[in-house]
Amino acid sequence: MQIQIQTQGGVPIYLQVMQQIKYLVASGRLQTGDELPSIRALAEELIVNPNTIARAYRELELEGVVEKRRTSGTFVADSGSPLARKERLKVLKQRVDHLLIETYQMGFELDDVVKLLQQSAIGSKPTKKGS
Amino acid sequence: MSNFVIDIKNLCRSFGEKEVLHDVSLAIPEGGVFGLIGSNGAGKTTLIKHILGSHYAQSGSVSVFGFDPVREPVQVLSKIGYMSEDRDVPSWMRVQEIIDFTKSFYAKWDSSYAEDLIHLFELNPKQRIRTMSRGQAARVCLLVALAHRPQLLILDEPSSGLDPIIRRDILSAIVRTTAEDGRTVFFSSHLLDEVERLADRVAILHQGRILFHDTLDSLLASFRRVTLRFTESHASAPDLAGSLMCRGQDREWTYVHRGDREQLVQAAENANAQIVVEHSLNLDDVFVSCVH
Repeated sequence: MQIQIQTQGGVPIYLQVMQQIKYLVASGRLQTGDELPSIRALAEELIVNPNTIARAYRELELEGVVEKRRTSGTFVADSGSPLARKERLKVLKQRVDHLLIETYQMGFELDDVVKLLQQSAIGSKPTKKGS
Repeated sequence: MSNFVIDIKNLCRSFGEKEVLHDVSLAIPEGGVFGLIGSNGAGKTTLIKHILGSHYAQSGSVSVFGFDPVREPVQVLSKIGYMSEDRDVPSWMRVQEIIDFTKSFYAKWDSSYAEDLIHLFELNPKQRIRTMSRGQAARVCLLVALAHRPQLLILDEPSSGLDPIIRRDILSAIVRTTAEDGRTVFFSSHLLDEVERLADRVAILHQGRILFHDTLDSLLASFRRVTLRFTESHASAPDLAGSLMCRGQDREWTYVHRGDREQLVQAAENANAQIVVEHSLNLDDVFVSCVH
């Protein structure tokens, strides 16, 4: 599992772990039933406080992204649920927000982006994959 | 006996004319990682030496596991693993000799754990310290600090002057130690990235005074960088209640604000300004704002 922690941005570390695991799930690199590393193993790998990883896992469990199984570890929950779609949309929305900020900073309007998106869409036919 | 592993009350310490610690109070609960932050010369090592009982309290009191470390050193030191800033070990000794020597002081020495660490750190038991690299010698110090599985691990600037690979060993040891129930790690550092990754609680020591002591989460949550847009142009930074630093010009000024968000919103309103950008700070920024 590829996770990178940065302390420059002011984003709390537990949130970085949560966001990246969600991203891995949303992009299909982590799939339903995949086991996450143990809290201790991930803490040692990333060199962060084990409580921080425990908190990230706990919150991911509350949001239904992962589930704890008795006596064993933490697993990716059923990604066919509506929540997984919601999470994927959230990731997409973050990208869109960035795009819009740049658009306005460079002095373009919403219409310009919409046109560009439509033009690009013609060129790149999406490969249909679960919605 | 208090519920705190370390309980320091109103500690003052001077060396000659120079006051190194001023009215330091610090209570550290059991379990978790405590990070002591401060620039060079802030008094970090002097504070640690009081915890170890190498300095007596000139005024105020120091209690470790409920004992006075100066009067009852055995009760205190038998539960502490310590790695000093200079990582000084007798240079003429071989690794195995240092291990055997240190072992004799600790009833709870765990020989199989010591063996594991020798392998993990790739140490040669027959090698003399003086022929080792700085990093390998640091690993030996870490080994003897860890092998009796101390309830309190104290590391003074554990990774200063070491390369990234050895830093990783040392920081992983902190993670492993704290993952074991109830153990407490106390480490001092001026490398704030490390502290932000590892600490549950932090204190900022500046010129011998504790400026802040709380959980890392509350510390980070109580600071924000905020850009305000004022209705009128200002030649110098307009006052904002709770602000620590300010930069800007004309109508837009950027502050570092300490306090909760409602206080910030109120302060901005009182100053006739609108919040246009708001960011959380990392530990580095917080430290700079506090000691500014």
